[in-house]
Amino acid sequence: MSTPDPGPTAAATSTADGTAAAGGGTATAPAAEASSVLRADLLRVATAGSVDDGKSTLIGRLLYDSKQVLADQLEQVEAASVRRHGEGAVDLSLLTDGLRAEREQGITIDVAYRYFTTGDRSFILADTPGHVQYTRNMVTGASTADLVIVLVDARQGVIEQTRRHTFIASLLGVRHVTFAVNKMDLVDWDEDVFRAIETETTRISAQLGIPDIHVIPISALQGTNVVDRGSTPAWYPDDAAHPTLLGHLQTVEVSTDRNLTDLRFPVQWVVRPGEGAADVNGERWSPDELHDYRGYAGQVAGGVLRPGDEVQVLPSGVRSRIARIETLDGELPEAAAPQSVTVHLEDDVDVSRGDVLVGADEDAAALCRREIEADVCWMSDRPLRTGQRLLVKHTTVTTVAKVDAVLDRLDLHTLEREDAPDGLDLNAIGRVRIRLKRPLVADPYLRDRTTGAFILIDEGTNDTVGGGMIR
Amino acid sequence: MSPTPAAGSPVHPAPAAPRPLHATGPATAGLSKLRALESEAIHVMREVAAELERPALLFSGGKDSIVLLRLAEKAFRPGRFPFPLLHVDTGHNFDEVLEFRDRRAAELGERLIVAQVQDTIDQGRVADGYDPARPGSSRNQQQTQTLLDAIEEHGFDACFGGARRDEERARAKERIMSFRDDFGGWDPKNQRPELWNLYNGRLRQGENVRVFPISNWTELDVWQYIAEERLELPSIYFAHEREVVRRNGMLYAVSPFLQPQEGETVETLSVRYRTVGDLTITGAVESTATTLEQVVTEIAATRVTERGETRADDRVSEAAMEDRKAQGYF
Ligand SMILES: Nc1nc2c(ncn2[C@@H]2O[C@H](COP(=O)(O)OP(=O)(O)OP(=O)(O)O)[C@@H](O)[C@H]2O)c(=O)[nH]1
Ligand SMILES: [Mg+2]
Repeated sequence: MSTPDPGPTAAATSTADGTAAAGGGTATAPAAEASSVLRADLLRVATAGSVDDGKSTLIGRLLYDSKQVLADQLEQVEAASVRRHGEGAVDLSLLTDGLRAEREQGITIDVAYRYFTTGDRSFILADTPGHVQYTRNMVTGASTADLVIVLVDARQGVIEQTRRHTFIASLLGVRHVTFAVNKMDLVDWDEDVFRAIETETTRISAQLGIPDIHVIPISALQGTNVVDRGSTPAWYPDDAAHPTLLGHLQTVEVSTDRNLTDLRFPVQWVVRPGEGAADVNGERWSPDELHDYRGYAGQVAGGVLRPGDEVQVLPSGVRSRIARIETLDGELPEAAAPQSVTVHLEDDVDVSRGDVLVGADEDAAALCRREIEADVCWMSDRPLRTGQRLLVKHTTVTTVAKVDAVLDRLDLHTLEREDAPDGLDLNAIGRVRIRLKRPLVADPYLRDRTTGAFILIDEGTNDTVGGGMIR
Repeated sequence: MSPTPAAGSPVHPAPAAPRPLHATGPATAGLSKLRALESEAIHVMREVAAELERPALLFSGGKDSIVLLRLAEKAFRPGRFPFPLLHVDTGHNFDEVLEFRDRRAAELGERLIVAQVQDTIDQGRVADGYDPARPGSSRNQQQTQTLLDAIEEHGFDACFGGARRDEERARAKERIMSFRDDFGGWDPKNQRPELWNLYNGRLRQGENVRVFPISNWTELDVWQYIAEERLELPSIYFAHEREVVRRNGMLYAVSPFLQPQEGETVETLSVRYRTVGDLTITGAVESTATTLEQVVTEIAATRVTERGETRADDRVSEAAMEDRKAQGYF
């Protein structure tokens, strides 16, 4: 998705573009790069898959072959590679395995975030750990992803951890999953091996209802079919239907993933300058305006806000109209997710943090829920049990909750649900019914990834012990 | 320290009228990358302000914290910031930056607290790491103690910092909300899960949290944002003539705190800074870029990281940053 018209702000950089273009010759290169960077859109990608399937090596390879590794980082990694493995090839996983313990053990423990830009797109890459013990870190990395790359070791095929991570990706509402069949060099690029994994991953994805999947054979170690094609065999020819991994990441269409239908605006903060207000330049607001100023600040979670629209404030159900949408840069004609804005209502109604503005036609009773059913990823050593008391943080609300029932638990091997387990252990996933002290303005997670998500907090330790996706 | 402005006109743009928010047209068409990052950062700041009792914003006068200030304006204006600004001053900072720091805080009408490393040393709480006779020595370690003291003295439970994950590979591992124990230490093997944009800011006894709203920004994003927002920067970010010495492959400004050693020659070069830190450990880069546009162009083409090019403190060992964070560093 390239943005054809960078709009009014393009003026800010036109000097750079202009001078560079006039200069001609080699001098234009950096500036041309800078301007394409400016128009890039953002894709959040997370890796997944079992231990040692090559996730970190792949991220390192993507950065290295797209020339995004700067000289001093490379020197550092080269030196560390020699120390660990002796002279020879550079261990590209060391580019992301940034903790001492990770380098010592040769595994990833926590998510690493790396950034790179090619062509029209910028990427935030979250390299997650494959080890079961660190599943919560994988969930952290994948929770914000638009696309997950699930690595599969060609020699082992689809194993339990592949299923678990694919399942977690689908639970997290990731609509785009790319299976990278890695270490193809170790199976001599055997087409049968690839096809078998392709069939199995496609079957699992269909079972899980993942809408957009691709299966791509690679060798992260040798750099085949990652950024450069290298020598792929005849069964994976150099044509549009057989992209490299990066080629695919650059073109995958994600623009339809946002919910522009259901207006959801959770209020985060009430801006009430009152006395001692800080309109330092004294240009925009008169003292009188500042005195009466009452704006509701937040990040749009779904739908589109427009001045004049009638809204309901939930859970109270009070109605008003949007008077205007403000930002530091002026008023806006509309706002959509994920914009952070300040909303003013026409009437002086009672609105505070935790309230949610929704459309006038919405069924308030159905939206405000005191009981929810959700898929929960449990992240604590102490198991989740029926009757347990926890805190739920959902949008900008934190409320007390009680676990009514653990309805089922997922068997990660068969992807089937076992009914009525006695609880959820560390890293288990299951469906849970929760009762809430304060009603939440909640949607099914698959309809809105913001108003459908919550975290569970242990009141005793203050730890985050689970993540939930509302059904 | 003898900075002479390079020939020519003003080195940084004057603050301008607010600019339209959208780089990509209507909201429904999607946000540009910078505006998506901006929105994420504003969200983080508002969450912390709402959920923690006594936050502070670490403001050094450097480019990342200048961006933080603009984001705070976006998050809270026309209200006041719900936190003061805090600077940990090693006593070895650039005059231009200190002047800028004070002026910017005054322009914003916000409270600035300056915690002096010198005071911590005078109180005998730490020994001075800086020794004029030892080249390369600095107060880098001591500033951690001063920060922790200030946190305790003022009862801060959260400190906003401008660290970015692209700076260094241990930072690349850190959460947006990074919890620190009583001693300010970071435990990288036991970080709290951080799902979606749901931040759990609840602290245990003695804990406080460092919050990094621009974690996901790259150096280039920061520069482009500064250009789009027309933010004023301290003059040392733009090319100027300065007396420098070459040491371990880096260019250091000659100042009362850093004198040429035997065998070092003082050169007058056109340089600019990529980061502003302590004079004793922050290197300059040779450059003739006197406008933001020129700096952005140079940054887009650079082949060395910001810290690698300009920070001596990260060159010490393979895990220098991780170790310092474990001891309470930002
Ligand atoms: N032959 C071959 N080896 C590979 C390939 N990709 C990765 N490896 C090797 O597999 C091992 C594990 O690679 P990593 O990248 O650390 O694996 P990971 O998936 O990040 O592991 P965790 O993060 O601990 O889950 C290393 O020894 C790599 O060199 C490949 O394409 N071919
Ligand atoms: Mg790894």
